[in-house]
Amino acid sequence: MEAFIYDAVRTPRGRGKKDGSLHDITPIQLATQMLEAVRDRTAINTADVDDVILGCVTPVGEQGAVIGRAAVLNADYAETTAGMQINRFCASGLEAVNLAAAKVISGEADFAIGGGVESMSRVPMGSDGGALAMDPAVNWKTYFAPQGIGADLIATKFGFSRTDVDAYAVESQKRAAHAWGEGRFARSVVPVKDVIGLIALDHDEHMRPDADMQSLGALKPAFTGIGEDMPGFDAVALLKYPEIERINHVHHAGNSSGIVDGAAAILIGNKAMGEKYGLKPRARIKAMASIGSEPTIMLTGPEFVAGKLLKKSGMAKTDIDLWELNEAFAAVVLRYMQALDLDHADVNVNGGAIAMGHPLGATGAMILGIALEELERSGKGTALVNLCIGAGMGTGAIIERV
Amino acid sequence: MTTIQFETDADGIATLTIDVPGQSMNVIGAEFIADLSAAIDRITGEEAIKGAVIRSGKDSGFMGGMDLKALPAMLAPGPDGKADMASIFDKVFVLNALFRRLETRGKPIACAIEGTCIGGGFELALACHYRVVGDSSKTQLGLPEIMIGLFPGGGGSQRLPRITGVQTALIYMLQGKLFRPAEAAMLKVVDAVVPQGSATDAAKAWVKANPDSSIQPWDRKDFKFPGGAGGFNPAFIQTFIGAVPMTMKQTQRTMNAPIALLSAVYEGAQLPFDRAIRIESKYFAKVVSHPQARNMIRTLFVNKQAAERGARRPKGEPKAPTTKLAMLGAGMMGAGIATVSAQAGIDVVLLDRDMASAEKGKAHAESVLSKRLGKGMTPEKLAATLARITPTTDFADLAGADFVIEAVFEDRAIKAEATQKTEAVLGADTIFGSNTSTLPITGLAQAWSKAENFIGVHFFSPVEKMPLVEIIVGEKTGPEAIAKALDFVAQIKKTPIVVHDSRGFYTSRCFGTYVQEGAELVAEGVTPALIENAGKQLGMPVGPLAVSDEVSIELGYKVMKAAKADLGDAYKHQASDDVMAKMVELGRLGRKNGKGYYDYPEDGKKLLWPGLTGEFPPAATQPSVDDVRERLLYRQLIECARCFEEGVLATPEDGDVGAVFGWGFAPSTGGPFSHMDTVGITHIVKTLDRLAQTHGDRFAPTQQLRDMAARGVLFYDEAVQKAA
Repeated sequence: MEAFIYDAVRTPRGRGKKDGSLHDITPIQLATQMLEAVRDRTAINTADVDDVILGCVTPVGEQGAVIGRAAVLNADYAETTAGMQINRFCASGLEAVNLAAAKVISGEADFAIGGGVESMSRVPMGSDGGALAMDPAVNWKTYFAPQGIGADLIATKFGFSRTDVDAYAVESQKRAAHAWGEGRFARSVVPVKDVIGLIALDHDEHMRPDADMQSLGALKPAFTGIGEDMPGFDAVALLKYPEIERINHVHHAGNSSGIVDGAAAILIGNKAMGEKYGLKPRARIKAMASIGSEPTIMLTGPEFVAGKLLKKSGMAKTDIDLWELNEAFAAVVLRYMQALDLDHADVNVNGGAIAMGHPLGATGAMILGIALEELERSGKGTALVNLCIGAGMGTGAIIERV
Repeated sequence: MTTIQFETDADGIATLTIDVPGQSMNVIGAEFIADLSAAIDRITGEEAIKGAVIRSGKDSGFMGGMDLKALPAMLAPGPDGKADMASIFDKVFVLNALFRRLETRGKPIACAIEGTCIGGGFELALACHYRVVGDSSKTQLGLPEIMIGLFPGGGGSQRLPRITGVQTALIYMLQGKLFRPAEAAMLKVVDAVVPQGSATDAAKAWVKANPDSSIQPWDRKDFKFPGGAGGFNPAFIQTFIGAVPMTMKQTQRTMNAPIALLSAVYEGAQLPFDRAIRIESKYFAKVVSHPQARNMIRTLFVNKQAAERGARRPKGEPKAPTTKLAMLGAGMMGAGIATVSAQAGIDVVLLDRDMASAEKGKAHAESVLSKRLGKGMTPEKLAATLARITPTTDFADLAGADFVIEAVFEDRAIKAEATQKTEAVLGADTIFGSNTSTLPITGLAQAWSKAENFIGVHFFSPVEKMPLVEIIVGEKTGPEAIAKALDFVAQIKKTPIVVHDSRGFYTSRCFGTYVQEGAELVAEGVTPALIENAGKQLGMPVGPLAVSDEVSIELGYKVMKAAKADLGDAYKHQASDDVMAKMVELGRLGRKNGKGYYDYPEDGKKLLWPGLTGEFPPAATQPSVDDVRERLLYRQLIECARCFEEGVLATPEDGDVGAVFGWGFAPSTGGPFSHMDTVGITHIVKTLDRLAQTHGDRFAPTQQLRDMAARGVLFYDEAVQKAA
């Protein structure tokens, strides 16, 4: 059986701070409103939705206790629709979609929704602890270092200067501003409403379209302190990468993904469901893959996922029209383009998380939707969507317009 | 009971006075454990006893730690020859169970601490309900086990965090940092500080006044972990997320104990106390049963102490302390030796060719010692110490000196002149020590009429900080000279090793191979960063290129040229010679002139000189860090083995202590000889053969190593030592 995308929605992304427009919207509200939008836009009977899978990276507090099922109930879906929450760190949103697709392909589900939610302003990143960093034995065994150190290590090892990463960030801002200006996200962005139905946010508010080399150049590198001084994560990285003398700390808030709030949902179904409701499939899920990679440098997984996806789908690099890679850090994308020899003109054409933000659990589903909308706008056929992941992983998917 | 004197007074307060026979400091051995156990039974069983005070009967202090010499018995392998973890755990847990019993008998126990209270002794104190310490500048408390490859395994890793909070406890335990009494009181590690000598009375008074204070804080229902603990406590989590990389940075992952300690605290802090101490004992069993612990304890503690107590002192030689030292040469070494001698109460005549140099040497002492003002140094003490140093240019002023150390320029003629001028004043019966680091002693001894009184006394720079002194016995050096030199080293509280004459003696010769192999790797086009990081990952304090800069590339170059001149055709040319020559030619002499393998920017950290890869282009294929590390290690090992075979070293103890304290040879190994024994001589020979085939004869194993491998004997086997 094949899995098709019938709808894709996302919230606009609110600054993940106390002054962010979505800070007073609970994460369950963000998720609920996305499920409502999918239902209302497609006019499906939710009794045909077998499962709702939501990615969430910090599933504690108000994001805890299976927020997927909570959202199903809160959105007045049929009681028979199951719900779950999964966590694959930054790729959770895409992994949720891949799982939904797998359920459809296997015949377990007719309709399944994959998506994600993260209110980073309300449930701070890292507040779920975890053995990787906090259990000394595991930390020791895995040479744990935070993502920023990995990103700076990528820049050092693969030769990206501060100018390179800043230039990438400026371009991301430009592309995002241009895309918003042209209304390229119109089909997928669903404004978030507050408890009395007023619009809380209808655009990505993290963007800094006026960022330039000079303004970014003024920012201090964010990871020099924890790298070189206390507690000294650079030394951990150099134990694994002894050919490097010193890590060049190039990343800062301006060339890294923004901390934001948001949610997304993708409706996946089989062919029969589309016919039942007269819905035109927008794309086919052509291939899905996840992979583990070296955990200390952490963020180099995407190039290997891309290889795995192409191999599994029997496609060549040239068969991919559009490349979407989450902009966790500028160097991650620069390394991806370097490793796969990609033209920046085909990669993240509408900007990415450096400009618009990275609501951890939701991003994967968001960028899948963005790629889909871009394929439709530009009349292109295939997109490879990909995310780097904490602890050294990557998750990706290839979609193909029908 | 042989180790504890048990008395009960009219108030029903029992006094347990610990006095372990045959030991200068109380230590925990099997007898003490049995005695304390019996004492706990009496305290529990006799209704008349209301509580107890534990104190020491020794002036040397309260108590040290475990009797480490008893450790090997604890680790006796099981019937299959392998470590039997179940039985090791049982043996390790004995102390935990004992201390646990002490604190849960329902009767208040107070600990009266006078003087040193460390390791297991401090863990005993922590298991008491009240700790009072007599105030003295010499009193130190704490848990320094980490310094010798262990961690607190008698409940210390569980009780200290429950008193100070996890973060503070880890800072002290990970660094082996000790508490001064006031510091201990501030952190509530002790309950009270009283005037020196009155701790026992204070302890008794507390027991009398607090008959019901017999429950430890961690056994109370309302116990709150100070600072919090557990997986939902952000401070607790952050402490470990920070402590692990810091430990990795410091140890380069060479040590077993620090990470075991972190796990024991992390896991134990989240458990009820009775389960927490079991976790501690499990991690302790893991650490103590690893050869690393045995090797580190043997070299860093047992043999270091043995050396300091005169293990190598010739038998029957009368004590010969130095009262007045004739110090020839007031340069960096001379000034340093003068400083530590004056500190030890020895009068020093500090002689140099001109008065300005001699005065400069004394000024060095003043600058070094005044930095310690407020840290145990008083203005009066400083003045008295400096007054012992008399700068001069006149050899006649040496009169009355009973020991000479020469640290003049490394040139045979200059040294000979100074030697003869000294003999003219003091006579040839005085013992003459030369601080040469490169020139064979036997040759230098010719300038002194009685060669039996001439000896090498090799210090390391900076003298004030470096713990080792290498005593070099020349061909004719007699026992009286050895005794005199060793007594002097004991006076200045340094650690001696005794070696026989050889080019570079033992330490310089073997340390030199580390530097040379670094240069060999440079010559082959190995990435400089890889060379440096491999050296650090080996457990050396710094990489070979960095240390080469520190001691000066030029010095290495000069030593190499001198060896070439002396040996003539016998000298074997090495690629490292060309690297040093090139660096000297380029004026990159080392740190001293601000450029060597590294650049030394005034406003930042040193960085490898980018031009190095221009002079020695990187090879297309780079070796793995393991390969580089192996070369840096085995190049040193083979030189150490040669020293043993040639008789430069008489014992592996000297070799290991000298390596670790002399040039910082990976302390985690316990020294080169412990390392070779641990991995097995057969493996060593096999590896050396392989390295010799790929990289040249400098790695070729010695005949003795082959014989040892064939016979299955180790360096620390007595038979080999006697044969040697």
